[in-house]
Amino acid sequence: MIEVQDLTKTFGERTAVDHISFAVNKGEILGFLGPNGAGKTTTMRMLTSFMPATSGTARIAGFDVFDNSLEVRRHIGYLPENPPVYPDMTVESYLDFVARIKGVSAEKRAQRVTDALEKTNITDKRDELIKRLSRGYKQRVGLAQALVHDPDVIILDEPTVGLDPKQIIEVRHLIKNLAGSHTIVLSTHILPEVSMTCDRVVIINKGKIAAVDTPQNLTSQLKGGQRIRVEVQASEQPLREVLAQIPGASRVQIEAAPLTGHVLATIEAAEGKDIRSAIAARIVEKGWPLFELKGVSLSLEDIFLELTTDDAAHAQPSAKSE
Amino acid sequence: MQNLYAIYRKELAHYFVSPVAYILIGVFLIVAGFFFNIILASAIQSAFSAEMQSMRFGAPADFDVPGAVLRSFLGLMSTLVLFISPLLAMGVYAEERKRGTIELLMTSPITDAEIVLGKFLASLTLYAIMILPTAILLAFMNFRSEPHLPWRMLLIGYAGILLLGGSLLALGSLISSFTENQLIAGVLTFAVSLVIWVIDAGRRAEGWKGDLFGYLSLVRHYDDFTRGVVDTSALIYYCSFIFLCMFLTVRSLESMRWRHA
Repeated sequence: MIEVQDLTKTFGERTAVDHISFAVNKGEILGFLGPNGAGKTTTMRMLTSFMPATSGTARIAGFDVFDNSLEVRRHIGYLPENPPVYPDMTVESYLDFVARIKGVSAEKRAQRVTDALEKTNITDKRDELIKRLSRGYKQRVGLAQALVHDPDVIILDEPTVGLDPKQIIEVRHLIKNLAGSHTIVLSTHILPEVSMTCDRVVIINKGKIAAVDTPQNLTSQLKGGQRIRVEVQASEQPLREVLAQIPGASRVQIEAAPLTGHVLATIEAAEGKDIRSAIAARIVEKGWPLFELKGVSLSLEDIFLELTTDDAAHAQPSAKSE
Repeated sequence: MQNLYAIYRKELAHYFVSPVAYILIGVFLIVAGFFFNIILASAIQSAFSAEMQSMRFGAPADFDVPGAVLRSFLGLMSTLVLFISPLLAMGVYAEERKRGTIELLMTSPITDAEIVLGKFLASLTLYAIMILPTAILLAFMNFRSEPHLPWRMLLIGYAGILLLGGSLLALGSLISSFTENQLIAGVLTFAVSLVIWVIDAGRRAEGWKGDLFGYLSLVRHYDDFTRGVVDTSALIYYCSFIFLCMFLTVRSLESMRWRHA
């Protein structure tokens, strides 16, 4: 449904999106995950043909977003970061207007507006002025706007931002219901959102794709790799040597613990091996006081951080060893 | 066409759901009515004194009250339009940009030209709704005067005021598309309109410069209309002015796509 090839966008000197490629199948929900400023919005704006790419191509439903922009726009519904609503209009007249400019025919218009109101659960607000609605309702009006013309592809830029927890659950539920008949691309910087709603995740950082996979795969990639954290009073170098020699330990990271003067070591274990007792044994054997030893399970959060923050890695270049 | 109409409808409704349109129209009509009264009274006064003079010296007086009133009133309206058009046009794009709704319009299957034309026609309609009631004043005067002015003169006068206003609205919309700030758009529109207005003074300059300034002036072309004359060059001037502004607005929207960070 969506094919993106080497899409790049530069603003002057700054490269906002750097040669990204991915594809989305029909009926799939693709999550776009990345820290603020990673290039999510820019990518979405290129997909919706709001702005042209500097280089590369993107096709939606077989149409090029630049060459066949009007055709692409007929096939997409788009909710930008701030719902594009007119405060002085009523919900219904606003949706009617959007249906008109999206090219919904006169006979179908009333029905489509009613459907969109029902799907987003705002039927009881249809005669209210949009400016009188709360943030959550405005967001839903924005969502209704994106699906009023029953588009093949729905692009949602941070659809749950600014909503209260109950509304967030509702919106996620709605998005899940829309999948299948619609292809959905949504962006977020909230991790659980991705694992809850999306079939596949694109992790993007500084304009580049860091990973593309299902949330399950991404999690399990490092899940078998259990992580163990130990707090020890020892000097870094010998500790690293000792820990690295333990069979099954793959990656050892060491940092100074705050305040106490101890060191914190993080050890990644190979899949299916419990090396906690081995670690404890070696440390005690060396006579180093052991303050804490615990298993840390890896979540999408860790993967995300690992893929997107290279600041931490730069801070301790010597910390990684295989 | 359907798209154009959708934009037009939305835009016109937008003027009337807020009190802005009513306040502008109301204030305009009160001011116009007030000045009409003054103009009419002073024209009748002049007519009387002309008649007195003619009685004293015997020569027949020819004072065309309706003609004089029409000309001064249209002149006055053009000045009012200079003040009102920035107010009408300043929000046309600036507001959409500020609210982010421009993103909705620009990702919908409508062309930029349809957006620009729909918006222009809507602001022109509002402007016409504002201007037309003043015709009642002139029509009333013309019914009561003897001899009548030819109705054609009134029509031409209003065609002139529509073209003049249309030009200023097109200019205002163009400037509105440059910024997210309505106030900046309004002030700039007023300043630029004023410059094109007073450039008329430059036509006393020597040679081709005088001709050029004279041709560029917005009011100079308008003068013909107030005298009941339709000059083709004036028509061409206004139409090309409006067209140029709208064309540049389309370009401005397009450049927004490239720039938007």
